[in-house]
Amino acid sequence: MENELKFHYMVHTSLDVVDEKISAMGKALVDQRELYLGLLYPTEDYKVYGYVTNSKVKFVMVVDSSNTALRDNEIRSMFRKLHNSYTDVMCNPFYNPGDRIQSRVFDNMVTSMMIQVC
Amino acid sequence: MEAAAGGGCGSGPSLLLSDGEQQCYSELFARCVGAASGGQGPGPAEAARVASGTASAAAGPVADLFRASQLPAETLHQITELCGAKRVGYFGPTQFYVALKLIAAAQSGLPVRIESIKCELPLPRFMMSKNDGEMRFGNPAELHGSKVQIPYLTTEKNSFKRMDDEEKQETQSPTMSPLASPPSSPPHYQRVPLSHGYSKLRSSMEQMHPVPYEGRQPLVQPEGTSFGVSGAKPLRHQASLIRSFSVERELQDNNSNYPDEPWRITEEQREYYINQFRSLQPDPSSFISGSVAKNFFTKSKLSIPELSYIWELSDADCDGALTLPEFCAAFHLIVARKNGYPLPEGLPPTLQPEYLQAAFPKPKWECALFDSYSESMLTNQQACDLNGMEKTSVKDMADFPAPTQDVTGDDKQALKSTLTEALPKDVPEDPATPKDSNSLKARPRSRSYSSTSIEEAMKRGEDPPTPPPRPQKTHSRASSLDLNKVFQPSVPATKSGLLPPPPALPPRPCPSQPEQVSEAELPPQLNRAPSQAAESSPAKKDVSYSQPPSKPIRRKFRPENQSTESQEPSTAVGGPASGATVKPHPTVQKQSSKQKKAIQTAIRKNKEANAVLARLNSELQQQLKEVHQERIALENQLEQLRPVTVL
Repeated sequence: MENELKFHYMVHTSLDVVDEKISAMGKALVDQRELYLGLLYPTEDYKVYGYVTNSKVKFVMVVDSSNTALRDNEIRSMFRKLHNSYTDVMCNPFYNPGDRIQSRVFDNMVTSMMIQVC
Repeated sequence: MEAAAGGGCGSGPSLLLSDGEQQCYSELFARCVGAASGGQGPGPAEAARVASGTASAAAGPVADLFRASQLPAETLHQITELCGAKRVGYFGPTQFYVALKLIAAAQSGLPVRIESIKCELPLPRFMMSKNDGEMRFGNPAELHGSKVQIPYLTTEKNSFKRMDDEEKQETQSPTMSPLASPPSSPPHYQRVPLSHGYSKLRSSMEQMHPVPYEGRQPLVQPEGTSFGVSGAKPLRHQASLIRSFSVERELQDNNSNYPDEPWRITEEQREYYINQFRSLQPDPSSFISGSVAKNFFTKSKLSIPELSYIWELSDADCDGALTLPEFCAAFHLIVARKNGYPLPEGLPPTLQPEYLQAAFPKPKWECALFDSYSESMLTNQQACDLNGMEKTSVKDMADFPAPTQDVTGDDKQALKSTLTEALPKDVPEDPATPKDSNSLKARPRSRSYSSTSIEEAMKRGEDPPTPPPRPQKTHSRASSLDLNKVFQPSVPATKSGLLPPPPALPPRPCPSQPEQVSEAELPPQLNRAPSQAAESSPAKKDVSYSQPPSKPIRRKFRPENQSTESQEPSTAVGGPASGATVKPHPTVQKQSSKQKKAIQTAIRKNKEANAVLARLNSELQQQLKEVHQERIALENQLEQLRPVTVL
């Protein structure tokens, strides 16, 4: 599963870029468009997109570069759906923030999103 | 279809089926395939698929079907091997038909061999056989009967059946009721579909879950007997409804009626859940916050992931709080899980909040409501996505109770027309509640109850999964009394530490108060008087030490103590004697409010004392600094003068 490791690494490094962008923003980020950070950086294989929520929770999406059909709007909508599902997961009092998300609804949503793209 | 197969079969490996067999098998196959793909009952589309012969039935529904044939497990294994499903890995039409033939052979007592299928065989019997169905339903059409019954086998969720014990106890003692206790009004619906034929299916299914039921059986029996008389009457009344329902039922897909038995909440359970809800949140139309519910459900000792999943299922609007129907659904799921039922993929239709809300005010008509609700739910219950179900079911629920309102689907209209004729009573007020609940998306998380009382109530609340009748008697009223007992030990612990020091500082001008109070106190509190006298003395530290040792003795008289202590700081001379005499007859509310006031005054006093001490501290620090500086100056002088003196 070295691919998984590679993705983990990529996401980890992209966190630095996210932090950079956040600090550059400065003021309160309330607007949805400000929450979406856009293309963080492209590598030769992948494109990495970032999104930060009001509570500084960061979503990072890694997309295959060959998938050129994905437009910015679609990425935005995907992040929005992620955000909504994440808040639903948070509403569950049995969920401790920081735990691995085990919500079936969340998993289904993510899977359906990925299937849509592929 | 008990019609004997006409015509013999060929001798070759090919399978020749008679017409009756062909029809029956293709239907069964269609069911399995249809159920596997999550579709509805058989329709022309399914038949076409079967005819094409390329579809394959999923293992789940097929396994259910085979189990319903009541053959022992190893026979079924043999059959599966022989028919070739194991070899090819799936149940294609050929394999399926061969398997069915083998089942028929086994049921006829023939050995399970390939050769057996070459003989003339009756049709395989599955335990929802139509014979029994006829007796109960008065259903003449054989085809329809099997149509109705077999889908129950093939739905994957369908592993459990509720049993109405009153009827069944005489006939099958070993079978046990999963969850329901008999003497509730829904049974007169339950009795309708649960013919004796189905009960045998249940017994085969229940082989999987024998243990959890045992515990419930003895509990259920005594109630069954007492309600036996009343049970007979609803049954007769229901018989007429049965006739009217049976026709509609054949027309509609009844798949989900029976599989929902374990997910249906009986009257007793509902009462129990409502009482539990009230213990957590007095207002039944309000909701329980997430943390309160979390603490409560954690007492059920289920694992956190399971509780998390149950919450996910039951909190339909994902607002982090549970309304009464959501709470009942969650509670019911917990009880089911404790009794060994696996958790469902999605919220069952009978546990949907709108359904429960609509069902609450109209328990009498649950039977009819259940039918159509579950059916309309099934049409929407394609994916196991809770959100999807919620949205569509919201629409259905809102539409259903008011037949006069606009209808979205044709089948729903059919539903309503049939049910309006079956339901002489109208349910006009129901649309209000489901619609209101649906429109409420953003709810304020009001904490209208004091957190301390909730914690006490929760401590008193019993383990949720215990059976309904048992713990109920001890808790709904007693919680308020328990509050007393619990508050007294806990509160004095804080108060005794807080209150003694403050009286030493502010009431310095009136040091005679403690003595007055001690005189007015009852004789048993004399041990308190010396400590209070010690309080008024400057050594206030001793008080805090003397307090803890005598606390256990004085615990009984805490009300008096608290009142006197609260009197001291709050009112200058406020008649402590009267306070002491009042206290022997405390009420819960007065005490708690007095305690609150006492705590607040204690806090105030503490704050003042803190401020005073802080100021004192800073002044002293300043003085210390000055003194240091003086000392340094003096030392310097000494240094300068010393050489002079030495010399």
